[in-house]
Amino acid sequence: MSDVADKPSASKGLKSLRLTPTASIAGIILIFWILVAFFGPALAPYGEAEIIGESFGPIGGEGILGTDKLGRDILTRLLYGVRTTLFLALITTVISFVVGVVLGFSAAILRGWFDICISRLVEAFMAFPSTMLALVVIGAMGTSITVLIMTVGLVLSIGVFRVSRAIGMDISVMDYVESARARGEGVWWIITREVLPNAMPPLIAEFGLRFTFSILFLSGLSFLGLGVQEPAADWGLMVQENMGGIFLGSSSALIPAACIASLTICMNLIVDWFQQRQQGETVLEKME
Amino acid sequence: MLQLIVNRCLQGLLTLVLASIIIFAATEILPGDVAEAILGQNRNDAAALEALREELGLNRPAIVRYFDWFFGILQGDLGVSLSTDRPIADMMSGRIWNTARLAIMTACVAIPLALILGLISAIRAGGVLDKSLAVTTLSLIAVPEFFIGLGLMTIFAVELKWLGANANIRPYYDFGRIVHAMALPVMTLGFAVLAHMLRMTRASVINIFTSPYIEMAVLKGIPKRRIVMRHALPNALSPIFAVIALNLAYMVSGVIIVETIFAVPGLSRLLIDGVALRDIPLIQACAMLFGAVYIVVNLLADIFSIIFNPRLRFPK
Repeated sequence: MSDVADKPSASKGLKSLRLTPTASIAGIILIFWILVAFFGPALAPYGEAEIIGESFGPIGGEGILGTDKLGRDILTRLLYGVRTTLFLALITTVISFVVGVVLGFSAAILRGWFDICISRLVEAFMAFPSTMLALVVIGAMGTSITVLIMTVGLVLSIGVFRVSRAIGMDISVMDYVESARARGEGVWWIITREVLPNAMPPLIAEFGLRFTFSILFLSGLSFLGLGVQEPAADWGLMVQENMGGIFLGSSSALIPAACIASLTICMNLIVDWFQQRQQGETVLEKME
Repeated sequence: MLQLIVNRCLQGLLTLVLASIIIFAATEILPGDVAEAILGQNRNDAAALEALREELGLNRPAIVRYFDWFFGILQGDLGVSLSTDRPIADMMSGRIWNTARLAIMTACVAIPLALILGLISAIRAGGVLDKSLAVTTLSLIAVPEFFIGLGLMTIFAVELKWLGANANIRPYYDFGRIVHAMALPVMTLGFAVLAHMLRMTRASVINIFTSPYIEMAVLKGIPKRRIVMRHALPNALSPIFAVIALNLAYMVSGVIIVETIFAVPGLSRLLIDGVALRDIPLIQACAMLFGAVYIVVNLLADIFSIIFNPRLRFPK
């Protein structure tokens, strides 16, 4: 009897995780970059800031992918840069989720003045472009990695707050939350035990989207010369450094730009796949 | 309806004031002040610091300085730049037109194109054109603007030599030369905006297609063209205005990257230079201007929505 009951649910679980061709290609590319982030520096033929030849050397010359403005190896800097790019994007997204989700869920559960105060404040911040907000803070505090991480994390958390508050609002009116409240559980208990597990699917998708946005945002700032600073390698910074090389026929700016694009396109495809899977699952559940 | 529009305008004003407080506060809560920024290396000289603070009026409480700054802006006095020592209003006046031209040209190309393609996608949902547009727009949204910009530049300006890579328009340029120089920046900015707007237009029109009154129109045997133009489109206008506003506002940040790539001497370059040099009055003035444009565009979209959507006139 238990066998019969287990089988369909097991196959449903598998089905909901089944990969589509696009999602698997995107996943492979993403895993590739993550592996490079871990082992890249060990594989790199030269040092991060080591000058190996002429500036803007061609592909297949001094370096396999050519050299940059200062004659550093592009491949080496790409291998080092993925670490910076992925690490910064990850840590800013995590910060934005810790801040955004805690405040968003608290606002949804507590309601009242707490909700009103934070929501109004967030609306005021939403009233002007997030890039502007980041630029003002970076302009006032200078370009250090800590400032960069905190600024981007807080700018991202504005969006996360709105999403998690909306999700929290939906869940907080459910019977199981009501009964937890009636039992006299505290806010923290309700958030971690009742709301969070049920909010997981949309939050995971949101995490993927914010992560992608963070990559774009950070590389945009680096591209403007306001993000990661020399001599560290970062993909956005590499584009900025080598932009002048385009007119000399060098692809040293396009290669890191294409790498960022590959990262963000793959992330988008995976989030898309995940959302469709989740939707498919909920539709199936409704039918049963 | 007038009451509603007046209310919305007052709300917009309130948002502007809030935005100004945020901008002022963001540069205020931080360690160090303008005097230290000016002195730079010599900031440890307490006497010089104190004298400069006195001169710049930094010894007054923050709230007094805020009102001073805010009413200055209202009277058109944007302050004096720290890095150039010139009035900020003068520095901006030469550049506003460069940014505005880029934004207006992009809007003129991208908005009609996005609406038409979005409408076609919605009508032929699931067709070949719709599917290929969906893939294209998804990738355009996913990639950074500088990738599109540099890619277009490499192809059209460096390899093919069809279009210009420098969009610094001189006053003596004739129309042909302006088009030649502006084509790539407009394309770069346009692609990103177009992709967002197309998807949102498609979604809002499809959303309307599923409503009962459209079904009724179909059952009555009204031709499809008439259903789209007379029944669906008028009701889709209000969400479409919101979409346009959102994307014009998005252009405010997209323009920063595009101006950097194509060397447009516009307002956002001024802002970036200000941030790099930590020229706080310049940053405040630029951010306030961009913020104001963003808020006004959103305000206009809401007003148009109120005019075109009767349901919004009677809030619950």
